[in-house]
Amino acid sequence: MRKMALAGVLLVIPVVVLLWVPHYAKVEPKLFGFPFFFWYQFLWVFICSALTWTAYKLTLSARGKTTHKVGEDR
Amino acid sequence: MTPQLTTVLAAETGGINGVALTVLIVLFLLVTVAGFMASRFKRAESLESLDEWGLGGRSFGTWITWFLLGGDLYTAYTFVAVPAAMFATGAVAGFFAVPYTIILYPIIFIFMARLWSVSHRHGYVTTADFVRGRYDDRTLSLAVAVTGFVATMPYIALQLVGIQAVLEVAGLGGGDNIVAKDAPLFIAFALLAAYTYSSGLRAPAVIAFVKDILIYLVIIVAIIYLPGQVGGWEAIFGAAEDKMNANNEAAVEAGLNPTSSFVPGSGAFWAYATLALGSAMALFMYPHSITASLSSNSRNTVRRNAAILPAYSFVLGLLALLGWVAIAAGTQPIGLDGEANAQLVIPQLFEDMFPAWFAGVAFAAIAIGALVPAAIMSIAAANTFSRNIYKEWLKKDATPAQEAKVSKLMSLLVKAFALVFVLTLDKQNAINFQLLGGIWMMQTFPVIVFSLFTRWFHRYALLVGWAAGMVYGTIEAYQVVNPVTGKHFGGSLALIPGMEKMGYIAVTAFVINVVLAVVLTAILNALKVSNGKDETIPFDYFADADDPRVQKDLAEHSTHDEAYGDPDDIPGNAPAR
Repeated sequence: MRKMALAGVLLVIPVVVLLWVPHYAKVEPKLFGFPFFFWYQFLWVFICSALTWTAYKLTLSARGKTTHKVGEDR
Repeated sequence: MTPQLTTVLAAETGGINGVALTVLIVLFLLVTVAGFMASRFKRAESLESLDEWGLGGRSFGTWITWFLLGGDLYTAYTFVAVPAAMFATGAVAGFFAVPYTIILYPIIFIFMARLWSVSHRHGYVTTADFVRGRYDDRTLSLAVAVTGFVATMPYIALQLVGIQAVLEVAGLGGGDNIVAKDAPLFIAFALLAAYTYSSGLRAPAVIAFVKDILIYLVIIVAIIYLPGQVGGWEAIFGAAEDKMNANNEAAVEAGLNPTSSFVPGSGAFWAYATLALGSAMALFMYPHSITASLSSNSRNTVRRNAAILPAYSFVLGLLALLGWVAIAAGTQPIGLDGEANAQLVIPQLFEDMFPAWFAGVAFAAIAIGALVPAAIMSIAAANTFSRNIYKEWLKKDATPAQEAKVSKLMSLLVKAFALVFVLTLDKQNAINFQLLGGIWMMQTFPVIVFSLFTRWFHRYALLVGWAAGMVYGTIEAYQVVNPVTGKHFGGSLALIPGMEKMGYIAVTAFVINVVLAVVLTAILNALKVSNGKDETIPFDYFADADDPRVQKDLAEHSTHDEAYGDPDDIPGNAPAR
């Protein structure tokens, strides 16, 4: 159950970060000529992907693949 | 720009680009053959059921699903419209697509596996099927089905707009002869309709490979090659900033609100965030997203895809920036009618900057990119019609073969409608209705997603919330007037009541929807009004394809023709209907 909660937290992080626009709607610091606003969001594509993959692994190990027994409902 | 110069440019770009057109036609024919051959792909004994024709036998693994969902969600219209929005008004209207397609995946990770499992267990093909099973309520199910069906129509029409943009820049579709003008589009769509009819969902699954490889190739080449040609990224962002500032100054001078943006200013934070959130929540309510997700072979396939689909979001971000590359390159997107049309900016950029054959590849990428989503959307809309309208309301004892037949015919009708829509009405209508469609789709989110997790919500409360969201969203969108053309449905942003900030109308309508649903649920539950009969059990939401009991159920399911329910040994499961 703790693993599932952790997976939930990992999934919520990118949503909260990207909806909190004021913290990244700025031009400086630039990277390779890209204003911060743009490269920061590109960076989050990768971070979000990594977080989602981690969450996926967590849900797998938390439940096993087919661990349900007959009559067990959850 | 003087009118004279406009004419000259239009004449220069108006000619037929023979090489590009040849490449486009060859690639197009290639995917047409692939589309017809697709019926042999992961071959089934018979395509005469919705599971086979409409969901590809629910057999697609991780990579096929990746291509299929990628080809489905990142449509030709997206590839045309997002850079066009960047080109015309900048980051708020265009670049929100990036956070939108990032936060999309954590959101679907959370609920799509549950939807996959319950659909797998009960043979649901559409979300309206699920709602029907969860509440045994035909009205609520119909509300979901009709919303999805109606919102998908203009979306299909927009795929045609994408093909039209390419054909126009390639020089086709000019002249006053109505037959010659629209013949290429007509042929393209007739071919699409024919192989969708014969191969079902397997056709877009196969074509999606070609489409996505072309798209990746074209965008990566463009993003590496083009910046060097126009003075590097510093120059590109500089040119974009200058244009947006000039736009805003001109708007203020004309007495209008400045709506262009380089990086969103403090007044646009809410708009940017709500556009991203609302679009992300609405996208997987669309029937075509659900169809592609349910065609995967396991609940984990869906979740793995949530982690690898962002590759497309990265490409979409690069593509958005090509809109600004076009500003630095001085691209003039002028249609065959001599009018400036921002929608043509990406095809025009490729025609100006690349050799003709590569421009042809880029045109093909966009045109084929329109076929995949158009096929899936028409299949999804057709499934929704045959399952939730035809079988539910018109012919209750329809067999799976009859359902598939109706679906196949409906997929033709839906495409014909889209074609008529685009050929007879102003393009802007399709765009407006698609914006409205997004607002509508989001109103089905509580009915579908909340119900996947809980049955606390009351079916009537969900229905009233949905209706209120639909009405509010439609009225608000109607009241948005385009400052230039003076027409209604001019956009999807409006003041958020009580906050005096601009926000996405869908999100405001959603909040009203949910508040109503919660309040009415509390009242109805207190009054002990019946909340319908639930044919699902908690186990259904976790079941995976290789679960032994699921295998047993599936074997049993194959012996009868009931659309819903299975007689099985799991305690608490509802009997077959």
